[in-house]
Amino acid sequence: MNEYKTEPLKSWKKAKELRQKYYEDYQNAHAKGGIRWTGGAWSFDAIPAGLGNDVYNITGEPYGASIAFDKKLSMECLEAAEAKGWARDLCSYMRNYWGSMYLNKYAFGGEYPQPDFCFQDHICCSHAKWYQHVAEYKKIPYFCIDVSVGPYKDLDEDRLMFVVNQMHESIEWLEKVTGRKYQDELLIEAVKNEMRSTSVWAEICYLNMNKPAPLDEKTMYSLYVHGTLAKHNKEIADFYEELRDEVKYRVDNNIAAIPDEKCRLMSDTQPPWGFLKVFRYLEKFGAISVGSLYTFGLIGIWENKPDGTWGPRTTPMQKGENITTRDQALRLLADWNLCKPEWQHFYDPNLKTEMMLQIVKQWKLDGVMLHLNRGCEGLSCGIMENRLGIAEAGVPVMTFEGNMGDEREFDEKRTVTRIDSFMETLGYDMQEETAKTA
Amino acid sequence: MFTKFFEWYEKRHDYARDWLDKNDGEVVGCFCSYVPEEIIYASGNLPVRMLGSHEPQDVTEPHIFGMFCPFCRDVLAQGLKGRYDYMKGIVIAQSCLHLRQTYTSWKNHVPEDFSYYIYMPNKVQTEHAYTYYATELAKFKKAIEEWTGQPISDEKLREAAELHNENRRLMREIYELRQATDPPLTGLEAMVMVASSFFIDKKDHNAELKRILPELKSRTLDRETGGRLMIVGSENDDTEFIKMVEGVGATVVVDDHCTGSRYFWNEIKFNGNIVQDITNRYIDRPPCPTKDWEERTRFPHILKLAQDYKVDGVILIQQKFCDPHECDMVPLKEYLNGNDFPTLFLEFDVTVPVGQIRIRIEAFLEMLGVEELF
Ligand code: SF4
Ligand code: SF4
Repeated sequence: MNEYKTEPLKSWKKAKELRQKYYEDYQNAHAKGGIRWTGGAWSFDAIPAGLGNDVYNITGEPYGASIAFDKKLSMECLEAAEAKGWARDLCSYMRNYWGSMYLNKYAFGGEYPQPDFCFQDHICCSHAKWYQHVAEYKKIPYFCIDVSVGPYKDLDEDRLMFVVNQMHESIEWLEKVTGRKYQDELLIEAVKNEMRSTSVWAEICYLNMNKPAPLDEKTMYSLYVHGTLAKHNKEIADFYEELRDEVKYRVDNNIAAIPDEKCRLMSDTQPPWGFLKVFRYLEKFGAISVGSLYTFGLIGIWENKPDGTWGPRTTPMQKGENITTRDQALRLLADWNLCKPEWQHFYDPNLKTEMMLQIVKQWKLDGVMLHLNRGCEGLSCGIMENRLGIAEAGVPVMTFEGNMGDEREFDEKRTVTRIDSFMETLGYDMQEETAKTA
Repeated sequence: MFTKFFEWYEKRHDYARDWLDKNDGEVVGCFCSYVPEEIIYASGNLPVRMLGSHEPQDVTEPHIFGMFCPFCRDVLAQGLKGRYDYMKGIVIAQSCLHLRQTYTSWKNHVPEDFSYYIYMPNKVQTEHAYTYYATELAKFKKAIEEWTGQPISDEKLREAAELHNENRRLMREIYELRQATDPPLTGLEAMVMVASSFFIDKKDHNAELKRILPELKSRTLDRETGGRLMIVGSENDDTEFIKMVEGVGATVVVDDHCTGSRYFWNEIKFNGNIVQDITNRYIDRPPCPTKDWEERTRFPHILKLAQDYKVDGVILIQQKFCDPHECDMVPLKEYLNGNDFPTLFLEFDVTVPVGQIRIRIEAFLEMLGVEELF
């Protein structure tokens, strides 16, 4: 019997439209005399925004994920990358992206749109190298900011300034390669929007603490993505506020993501995009994945609250701070990004374990599923130590192997069997009606 | 002539224990060739780079997921198996994600008195790297001082820097002898010479280098040189591999490895502020691929080596799963081929026997047209 009422998310349509518009805007940018740039989802997209209101970007990771979702196209792209000699164990987003570039096929129809420059930041071994190749292949200029200055807890003025100084350098570079005059007011606006998007997204995830959870992980993937596309964009920040209000409404009215939530889980790192139905499979047990460090902390910006809980980071604007200069905007932007939860475990897996355990406690979870993701060495870094740390804390943990963007490395049957036995150890059976039809 | 280096290479742990008996300091393990050894040395401790043992092992499974390079797992295995139980400190300077895991797992599971992660910039191609890294090295120096309870004077740092420079200069001089039509040393000897330098007090290592250098200049090997090869790629101290290559009609005359030429190629230039001088040397090194962006500065450097050492072909080797090198292999191959240097690409696993690679090396040599020498 269903315990909770459910209803479709009203913001869903808008989310789809925004995403569509983003890819179209990029495709059509040149026709309108605008600028097109490419880089990673973590790059400081607020910085090129200072070049004008007609600057559009495409971020490689979500683009690679979109390709992975289309299994046929993904296979073509991966094979095209392999035909060039690239190793199969390299970042699968990167290989999908490169493949689309070699094949001159845009995942949303037409040709691969020629970018004007690459703008990236570097923390995993593939980040800078990804666009180094794009820049060479497409013969376009390239700038990359090194953000690997250590975990946020150890941030000091020198480390912050290494990033800020490169940001200043990047603006001079942008002016040089585009021939445009940089507009600080646009930068300041974009920085404010980014802070708003990412803090509000954390608020949305925070609301998922509610039992029943208003959102499930599969749905969250379709929503978090906007923050990986253009977190600096006003439309995105506004959309997240609307979404936050809707999620709050769901919480207030006990509207659940799944009708019979019994068991609450979290996952980890990017999912195998071609197999999101794995998350639906959990529902057969009345289990829901309420998110992950990845969905919460890749674009969500958090802080430790005085009562020891984790909550959305207060923006400088909420604190009444007025951002007026380029330098001030860049300093705040660097500091804001360096505290990104997903950046912390690049230096120490214990930091990720701590954050995951905090989520387990605060979101009242019953267990953790770790995706040993062969497609991303960045987010899989230290993952076995996370497993040990979570298990040592007495939290049930399972692992499953896969690849976010290369379906050849995902064994659906095996994963499902592992989920079955994990649920069994947690003491959950398949729902009666489902079991009959299964 | 190279017996001492071979002995040191084989018996690195005996040497370290012996050093501990004779000296006041401690042994400090370094995970990457970017660790500024001079600072550790100046603090009275012995910096030792940790390499693997090339043995198959199964102790790292619970700690490092199988998609990371065999080298980083092999190194961790040394710690987990207690092979460095005499060591008191560990240091990493930021390099690849793979090795970072070795460091963090080691820190979690192998007790050490002192551990330190130096946030070395990955972007070395910005002027800001020089100022920033100098502040990081100053912090590192302070941390060591606190650990030992002894200040490190500029004079001590300068002495250590000079000693390390001397080691670099001597090894480079020996490398240059390999430009000769018939090099007086094999690739295997060169490999073991450099690798042993990671473990041995530079005073001892320098003394041995100085002892062999004059003799080496007039040494003739009782073997044909055959095909002149260069090896480029990730960490490589695989003596079995190089023995095999040199056993089928070739000589390795130069390399670009962090366990080879990259380790010692450039020296510290003294400009007054010693911490800044040490910083500059590490920023200016022929880079690891993970630090070689946005420009590809290592490619022209590799090309120049290939030209100076008149190589017939280049073997590109790479640890399985080593992303930084994998990200350079395709363009590097194109670049070298475009500059008339044939290449052979080999994927490597330091813990797997090299037998099956032999046939590919033989075919490569045949293609280079050097087989008629035999
Ligand atoms: S390996 Fe992971 S962290 Fe690195 S670029 Fe790819 S997706 Fe991003
Ligand atoms: S560069 Fe490659 S071989 Fe060297 S430590 Fe990193 S992953 Fe391992």
